[in-house]
Amino acid sequence: MILNQFLVLASLLFALGVYGLLARRNAVAVLLSVELMLAAVNINLVAFEATLRSTFATGQIFSIFVITVAAAEVGIGLGIVLMIFRNRTSGNVDELDLMKW
Amino acid sequence: MTDWMTEPANWAFLVVAIPIVISAFRVVTTRNIVHAVLFLVLALAGSAALFILLSAEFVAWVLVLVYIGAVVVLFLFGIMITRAPIGYETSLDHANRLPAVLAAAATFLLTSWLSIEAFGDREISNVGSPTPTEIIGVGIIERFVIPFEAVGFILLAALIGGVTLARKDLTPAEEDEASSV
Repeated sequence: MILNQFLVLASLLFALGVYGLLARRNAVAVLLSVELMLAAVNINLVAFEATLRSTFATGQIFSIFVITVAAAEVGIGLGIVLMIFRNRTSGNVDELDLMKW
Repeated sequence: MTDWMTEPANWAFLVVAIPIVISAFRVVTTRNIVHAVLFLVLALAGSAALFILLSAEFVAWVLVLVYIGAVVVLFLFGIMITRAPIGYETSLDHANRLPAVLAAAATFLLTSWLSIEAFGDREISNVGSPTPTEIIGVGIIERFVIPFEAVGFILLAALIGGVTLARKDLTPAEEDEASSV
């Protein structure tokens, strides 16, 4: 296996996440696209760790940190989406124009 | 390319990678948001299989436990609680998707071109023997103990923040009523 097959796969996943982030209107769907991008980063970290073989398995440890932060991000993000639904009865990101003028 | 195809691990890679790409594509294009979450499960399970292929077994099972076990359930609850449109829905996307397509294509071309330029045909050495979980545990406690504590603090803050955001704000009259019960 060469390193680049994993890197190109991860960049494809990341690009799909970018597309979803920009093209989706529903806030929950935007959060799903962010999860795709984080998964791509995890693939990169683990592939580099398998290539470089550091003493402390640094790449694997940091992918665990990324997974943890992603879990926290989903919790907070869904809490915010819940609040928006409660106050504005719509979860579409283009209707959240309160801070626009 | 013919050398590449003769290696059995690369066939395993293809068997895992093609479903990952297809299901990731469906995550961002499907019109049914529940289906998007279920396709995300497929993509994450595939990336866990890739981690096993890269001899990172502990990370693979952490991914299955945390993502497929917890995050996806949280997403499904979020969809149900927020009355997001369950079922076929046309307004899930913006009307004009061309900028998104351009940004995604530019991202993919730039990052994949950079990695091909930088790493070329570099081989992944000695995969096959799984990384002992002991190494990861010792690494977290010895070398990366401060990031570990920081991540614990982030989780605590997210827990408190999630509870604070999601609880219903009571009016003063309702608060009196709640405290008298």
